[in-house]
Amino acid sequence: MTSVPMTQSSASERTSSEGPFLEVEDLTVTFPTEDGPVTAVSGLTYSVERGKTLGIVGESGSGKSVSSMAVMGLHDAKSAKISGSIRVGGTEVVGLGESRMRALRGNSMAMIFQDALAALHPFYKIGKQLEEAYLVHHSSASKRDARRKAIEMLDRVGIPQPDRRVDDYPHQFSGGMRQRAMIAMGLINDPSLLIADEPTTALDVTVQAQILDLLQDLQREFNSAVIIITHDLGVIAEMADDVLVMYAGRCVEYGTAKQILVAPEMPYTWGLLSSVPDVTASTDARLIPIPGNPPSLLRPPSGCSFHPRCLHSDKVRGDLCRTELPALLPASTGTAHLKRCHLADPVGVYQNEVLPEIAPDLVEETR
Amino acid sequence: MTQDPNAEAQIEPTEVGANAAESGERQLDSDVSDAYGSHERGVDGLDFSSLADLGHTASELDPDAPAVLTVDNLKMYFPVKSSGLVRRTIGHVQAVDGISFEVPQGGSIGLVGESGCGKSTTGRLITRLYKPTGGSMMFEGHDLAKLSNREMKPLRRDVQMIFQDPYTSLNPRHTVGTIVGAPLEVHNIVPKNKVLPRVQELLEVVGLNPEHYNRYPNEFSGGQRQRIGIARALTLNPKMLVADEPVSALDVSIQAQVVNLLQDIQREFDVAFLFIAHDLAIVRHFCPEIAVMYLGKIVEIGDRETIYGRPHHPYTQALLSAVPDVKQAAIGGRRERIRLEGDVPSPINPPSGCRFRTRCQFAQEICAKVEPPLLQIGKRHKVACHFAGELGAHPATPVTTELLGVDDQGSTVPGATPTNTQLTIPGYEKTWYDLGTKQTTGV
Amino acid sequence: MFAYVVKRLISGVLVVTLVSMAIFLLFWYGPSSPAQPICDRETSNRCGNKIELYEKTLGYDNPVYEEYGKYVKGVFVGRTLTIASNDYECSAPCLGVSYRTKQPVKEELVKRIPATFSVAIGGAFLYLLFGVPIGVAAARRRGSITDKALVSSFLFISSIPYYLFALLTWLYLTITFEIPLFSETGYFSPIKDGPWAWFSGLFLAWVALGIFGCTQYTRFTRGAMVEALSEDYIRTAKSKGLPTRTIVYKHGLRAALVPVVTIFGIDFGTLLAGTIFTERIFEIQGIGWWSLQAVQGRDLPVVQATALFSAVVLIISNLLVDIVYSVLDPRVRLS
Repeated sequence: MTSVPMTQSSASERTSSEGPFLEVEDLTVTFPTEDGPVTAVSGLTYSVERGKTLGIVGESGSGKSVSSMAVMGLHDAKSAKISGSIRVGGTEVVGLGESRMRALRGNSMAMIFQDALAALHPFYKIGKQLEEAYLVHHSSASKRDARRKAIEMLDRVGIPQPDRRVDDYPHQFSGGMRQRAMIAMGLINDPSLLIADEPTTALDVTVQAQILDLLQDLQREFNSAVIIITHDLGVIAEMADDVLVMYAGRCVEYGTAKQILVAPEMPYTWGLLSSVPDVTASTDARLIPIPGNPPSLLRPPSGCSFHPRCLHSDKVRGDLCRTELPALLPASTGTAHLKRCHLADPVGVYQNEVLPEIAPDLVEETR
Repeated sequence: MTQDPNAEAQIEPTEVGANAAESGERQLDSDVSDAYGSHERGVDGLDFSSLADLGHTASELDPDAPAVLTVDNLKMYFPVKSSGLVRRTIGHVQAVDGISFEVPQGGSIGLVGESGCGKSTTGRLITRLYKPTGGSMMFEGHDLAKLSNREMKPLRRDVQMIFQDPYTSLNPRHTVGTIVGAPLEVHNIVPKNKVLPRVQELLEVVGLNPEHYNRYPNEFSGGQRQRIGIARALTLNPKMLVADEPVSALDVSIQAQVVNLLQDIQREFDVAFLFIAHDLAIVRHFCPEIAVMYLGKIVEIGDRETIYGRPHHPYTQALLSAVPDVKQAAIGGRRERIRLEGDVPSPINPPSGCRFRTRCQFAQEICAKVEPPLLQIGKRHKVACHFAGELGAHPATPVTTELLGVDDQGSTVPGATPTNTQLTIPGYEKTWYDLGTKQTTGV
Repeated sequence: MFAYVVKRLISGVLVVTLVSMAIFLLFWYGPSSPAQPICDRETSNRCGNKIELYEKTLGYDNPVYEEYGKYVKGVFVGRTLTIASNDYECSAPCLGVSYRTKQPVKEELVKRIPATFSVAIGGAFLYLLFGVPIGVAAARRRGSITDKALVSSFLFISSIPYYLFALLTWLYLTITFEIPLFSETGYFSPIKDGPWAWFSGLFLAWVALGIFGCTQYTRFTRGAMVEALSEDYIRTAKSKGLPTRTIVYKHGLRAALVPVVTIFGIDFGTLLAGTIFTERIFEIQGIGWWSLQAVQGRDLPVVQATALFSAVVLIISNLLVDIVYSVLDPRVRLS
């Protein structure tokens, strides 16, 4: 644990020359349905370097899981139309043949899921499921090697008595241990990219903390690029280097965790911040919900898809919010910070209107 | 139609409420429902500052409110049967093991803790979905723990429950009108032709379109379904609502809508809440008083400022330090945390003495030998720990020895008389045991 | 596990006892005297007041519990039965003597078991052999034209009443098209008459059972498979980079088999207990055929024996299903 800062800095030095491990460009995912096409993700662009963590925030239906599953190639080619570009370690995976995709999946990129009880096969022993993940990418390895590797990984993720627990079934593990086993399975082939889809949502806070610690330790050890999908802004704040806020399939704000959570410039991000109470916030802070419900992707709203729920569209000239989709443009805090909003002075609105309501204590500090 | 004169009195408040709506007093509510109720109506004409005014700050504590429910030494043991030819009871899951607390009238108390700590079981005991193994639950002069199901029926009106999952807790084959109106018919308290107007009134209160009474649950979104569940719970004008994880199945942007709605309801109808949730931030916002449970016991209980600001129990401290904090974004990285190792032990064979000791960094011999009493150490603060103290200032020697008549290792001191302090009473005493002076003090 | 099996067997014995009691009561409290059918038969329908003689020798004038006691005793140690003035030796386990043939019921039952079991095993083998793979294939192509065509045509076949279906099969294959293989149906001993006679005699019954069962098992398998393939663990398997075959068979089918096996266990038990329609239509003299005859001829001891036999077979097959279930699904512990 004491060597952490060193490995971290050396990791970023190493990666800076290589460029991002994952580059997603103009990704669009459409599902044809009986009622018409549903565009679950549209025009999404982001990148993640090795050793870095990208947090993707959004509500259900925002496209956060769909886009990550597209990266993993988990969508059925018959039911999903994917366009744009996804480069994993330099390899373009959009349109890649199934067998080559399979060689990447679980090997150089892996995914862990929310509900580990459902995501692990109930009929096979934990060890067998880990071994299977190892053997499929190590055709020359023997079963004994695979078992040794499985035990080693269970040990690495902090499962006590791994040589015995390896023969347990998933239902014999506690919730936290199952998620650990899931992580062990994801990391068994030392992937360069790990996608964690709501990895701690179903878990208790102390177990969540254990799992997040583990993910962070493992990221340092394996120097992998990590995408963490969550709706918990606290998790984002503590885990992510960069944050991507998604709404109705689009990126609405993108920047470093600090930019997004301290100086957000998009009303939806404000809404997320104001609708979640914080354990340390002032008790004078108001809980201000985002009105309405997430939009239907079948008939997305015109213009900015957030406009029917936006409380600041009256500050925009004319009907712009309703008629024109705002472009993803640099925000005032820096070029790396992008936002999709027509508001002319978002910083002013946030500082003078939003912040006093949701964090009165912070306003006093800044003044 | 019932002949019970109380029944008429029961529906009285809402009649008043309905009239008040006309006179503008309840205008606030319909604004709220317009604002975050129906998607179709959108938010035209509403600006941020007016919505912000409708958003609530954290609920405040009324220290003088009388208790509406007094839970004393409540126990629920579920038998564990052996396998084999004859199924003998070989043990008990001590889901709830002797907890005491009070719910103030029109106020709310939060129960927090991790899965398996017994918080949901407590909720189910109070609504009498289970019959307790022991203890009492005094509500309006009745002990809910002792009543038979038949005797319980008239009281069920007064204690209603809001469930976690809005997808499975509503019967998909019944219309919203039937679901919300069913309690009225079960308890037979309004004439048939009055059921529909009452249902529509309730739908309006929870921010749904009253014209939608004949729709089915699947036509609503998760947040709207939870509103239906809330309307159903409100149908009989309960005095108390048990909300078991009422928002955890909802999207983040919807959670705040429902929390604000529950606060509106509490203020308007003066309903007491037992609010059960694992989300510490939501509980902090909703409940001015919080009880922290671990393995079937309350380990710390007190007002919000104390529990979140100066927790004295190592478990509360660990729990709070584990919550990821949005504010950390300004600093970057993860904040310092107390790491709890391992999992919660089995409630069938809980550890002796203090149940938290197996995972506690301060545990000493005494913790295994003597169970720490839930000791009042402040005006509205009780903690069950031999080494109770603020984070970083836990005492080196147990603070409870004099009270319990034991030495620092937990062995009984011959001749010592344990001070019989108010160790199990549900509410708070005017005097308490001061940890600094080791003396009983008062205001 | 062992304790569980013992417990289930004990409760099984209890059920069989209750079934036997219930049937016995029916004898006594039926609309006509239980001795009536045999009296009619023996006296060429001129029974009249001879009925009392029959009732007396058969013991129907005694209290029901006394006779039930004798019956139970007979099961364990054998007994001598008297019908009118003739004595019939019935060795343990005695299930009575047929009123029609005057043969001990047990011997006839044992003689008929091979026919019924041959029909059941052959038919079940065929419908599993085709039903499960077709179901898997349909589930994998869910929503496609092949899937839709398969599902609707199979639904059509299974909505025909089975007896009609079996009758049509027999009519077309044997009478209309005169396919030689199907010309002579019935049960022939594979040892005495040779395996070919056995095979060709049963083949048409197997085909009828097989096709009909196949349409049902295709639908069961397809449903279970569609459900299994939409589970989270399939997505996990895919994300591990496993080949499609492994995902579908090792992860999907393995889980889908559990409900299919459960239904099969109960179905197969019913088949073993005697398939009345199949045996009647294809002239196979198995237990189903026999029990049908017994009901028509009011041959009460045979009715009783066949009912008890079905009860025993169903209890055993249910127990086997539960044991297999616990082997297939580690989450189910038998206790």
